[in-house]
Amino acid sequence: MNESSKWTIHMLAGLLIFLLLGMHMGIMHLSGFKADLGVADGAESAVSKDNSLARDANPLFTATYIVLLAVALYHGLYGLKNILCELGLKEGLQKTIGVLLLLLGLGLFGLGTWAAITVHLTAAGNA
Amino acid sequence: MHKGDAMAEQKTTQVTFHVRKYDPMKDSAPHYETFKVDVKPGMTVLEGLHIIKEKYDQTLAWRYSCRMGVCGSCGMLLNGRPTLACNTQILDIATTDLTVAPLPNFKILRDLVPDLSGMFEKHRSLKPYILRDDAEEMENPTGEYYQSHEEVEEYLQFTYCIKCGCCMAACPTLATDPDYLGPMPLTQANRYTTDTRDGGFKERKALAGGRNGVARCHYAGECSRVCPKGVDPAKGVQFMKRKLVLDFFKLYNQKGPCKVQHAPEGVERNPKIPYPPEKTVEQ
Repeated sequence: MNESSKWTIHMLAGLLIFLLLGMHMGIMHLSGFKADLGVADGAESAVSKDNSLARDANPLFTATYIVLLAVALYHGLYGLKNILCELGLKEGLQKTIGVLLLLLGLGLFGLGTWAAITVHLTAAGNA
Repeated sequence: MHKGDAMAEQKTTQVTFHVRKYDPMKDSAPHYETFKVDVKPGMTVLEGLHIIKEKYDQTLAWRYSCRMGVCGSCGMLLNGRPTLACNTQILDIATTDLTVAPLPNFKILRDLVPDLSGMFEKHRSLKPYILRDDAEEMENPTGEYYQSHEEVEEYLQFTYCIKCGCCMAACPTLATDPDYLGPMPLTQANRYTTDTRDGGFKERKALAGGRNGVARCHYAGECSRVCPKGVDPAKGVQFMKRKLVLDFFKLYNQKGPCKVQHAPEGVERNPKIPYPPEKTVEQ
């Protein structure tokens, strides 16, 4: 895959982050604001245990967590790689940084996915 | 009063030139030297440098040729801005002090002379010429490659580039990453890819879309701000980026290469159209 393809995916990831993070903000942090607007009752906090368990039991929410994790990791780590590579490093060092960041990204993605699925299975079992 | 007398009586302003000097055979590092020059309205920086060379320092080196903003040889840093010395009037940019330095982002050969060979190598690597698969037609044309006015407009402004290197000197990405291809070569890659006579997108794609290609451009726009010919290289790079993004989604179809258009057959020549004059030189 050439660099412009990776850059295109970087831009698409940014767009997805904007949408998913917007959704996250709307659900998790703007319940009071939505109550003020009259689009939600605001009776119960979005971060209460019952609400959290209900979301975790929903496979759609689990899927969005995993997708958000994937695009955020790609966007962030690819951006970091670009910043480091534009410091005029030698080609070998640039490749090493690329491999290390790829391994870091895959590791964090694996860990985050495992956590999201475990929480989903636990919440679904309790429901 | 004669015209000559009026010229002689033109008010002069003394401007101090701070010129960066560096002779790799003698100096360990560049340094600045100052020269006071009496400047008349309309005098260009290039003329000022000639006066310095004539009166004060015969060793001062810079590159120039046409004196009229066409050849692109005299690009230099004037009061911190990369531009051409020949079409910059001194009093437009300085009233008391003028700092003259070589273009940044290039290796300096001597005084105000940058080494532009790296830029031209990058330019050449992107094949800045019409690429077609009908070599025989190109060598011995039997017709014309038809191009509409609208199709010419799409790339016309990029043909005004004179390869002076000012955009490369202003590019913040090139300042930290010398391997980046830079605004001029990438804009020229876009210029030829947009040309409907050309069919070379696939040949330029690997390099223009590669590690040192358009993805490195952060759209600071400095290249367009400093271009002495009014070209918009930042726009050219974004156009190339757009072609590569569309290509990623398999949505880009290069317009060219256009077909050869032959003269219509069986049509009588309009007698009002005169014939061209006879050749005066045999090839």
